[in-house]
Amino acid sequence: MRNLWIFVSRYNAFFFFFIFFAIGVVLTIKNNSYQRSVTLSSTNEIVGDAYGRLNVLKRYLNLGQVNDSLAMENAKLKTQLLVLQNVDSSKVIKVSDSVNQQQYTLFAAKVIKNSISLRNNYITINKGSADGIVKDMAVISPQTGVVGFVQDVSEHLATIRSLLNKNTAISVYIKKNNAFGSLVWGDGNFDFKKALVKEIPNHFNVKVGDTVITSGVGSFPKGIEIGRIVKTGISTGDSFMTLEVSLFNDFSTLQYVYIVKDRLATEQKALEEQLPNEQ
Amino acid sequence: MNSKTILLNIFRWFVLLFVQIFLLRNLNYYNLSTPFIYILFILVLPFRIPNLLLFLIAFGTGLTIDAFYDTLGVHTSACVALAFVRILFISVSVNRDAFDEPEPSLGNMGFKWFLLYAFLCTIVHHIIVFVLEAFKFSEIGYTLGRALISVIFTLFIVLLVEFTFHNRKSN
Repeated sequence: MRNLWIFVSRYNAFFFFFIFFAIGVVLTIKNNSYQRSVTLSSTNEIVGDAYGRLNVLKRYLNLGQVNDSLAMENAKLKTQLLVLQNVDSSKVIKVSDSVNQQQYTLFAAKVIKNSISLRNNYITINKGSADGIVKDMAVISPQTGVVGFVQDVSEHLATIRSLLNKNTAISVYIKKNNAFGSLVWGDGNFDFKKALVKEIPNHFNVKVGDTVITSGVGSFPKGIEIGRIVKTGISTGDSFMTLEVSLFNDFSTLQYVYIVKDRLATEQKALEEQLPNEQ
Repeated sequence: MNSKTILLNIFRWFVLLFVQIFLLRNLNYYNLSTPFIYILFILVLPFRIPNLLLFLIAFGTGLTIDAFYDTLGVHTSACVALAFVRILFISVSVNRDAFDEPEPSLGNMGFKWFLLYAFLCTIVHHIIVFVLEAFKFSEIGYTLGRALISVIFTLFIVLLVEFTFHNRKSN
């Protein structure tokens, strides 16, 4: 026993290393799993507060760009308003169908922390459960383009799993022929302005310059323009093709995001849970 | 260890972590290379620090960085490994009974020794950070490439800081 004790104390550095390193790796693995701990991340109050304060300063630097984008968005909304006002009002359609009610509501939220340089990037916003944000809501950019999904929610803050993350996949269409694929980031390309569309069947004719939109399957509303195809013909070796997309939104200057509240989300989830578990 | 050393190290901890979190977190080179300057704090802790305390400090520093980077566990593991490499390297290369110098800085130990020391510690730390972060074997080549380029970036800044603040003593 005494010898063992001498052995342990002589090589104490190694044993300490073993213990602490094991704790670190366990934390990493736990953090990767679905039930991740939220106590030590940027939804934490102290961390969130620090980022919030710093962000007040940082916002001024990009003010011009934000103004421009808001002006553009205004112009777009005004155009839509004009179109709607000029609808022929003599045609009255009476359909008492909940689908015709507004399905999606948008909340605007300010980005208080963002990163684009990591393999798995997260964004922190200044809205939380008190504002009606719940896990897995879709998040979109102010002009056009997708941002990601809500990952964790605290009372006044929430983290978003950005598109620039290995765990994010968004279901998309090629606009012109409704070919169905899945948008991912970071498979051999870590440029924050580019993403990949995978699982498009080979028989579709897709050209450089085609637009990619959200499919409406999942949390995102249908038809949000995501990006333009810049490269085709990436060989995969199976019957699906991979396309490279240049994203319309710029993650590096993201300051405001919209969180999409789907009125039918809980209903849809409850209904789909009744299906036999296939996956 | 006197109170001056403790205060100096606490000050260093705050400054380096502040710079890392609020400045360098936003800095990267074509998404390939990210500097992690905060490890300089662990590199230049005093020689006479007990092993357990060194590991606890490394663990706490890593945990703080992880909280701000949203990467719980990644930097914690890497910092603990860094502390272990530090202990090994110092026990091999420095005479343990006669520490003439208080801490292993560039000015105290000379350029060659410090460069090798910083390089070994940094490379272990960075490889663990990038591998644990990606957590995917299919990307291992790219991940190691990113780690190596980041090592160069970090070493450059570490040497820059050391030349600025420590070289005066040796003259």
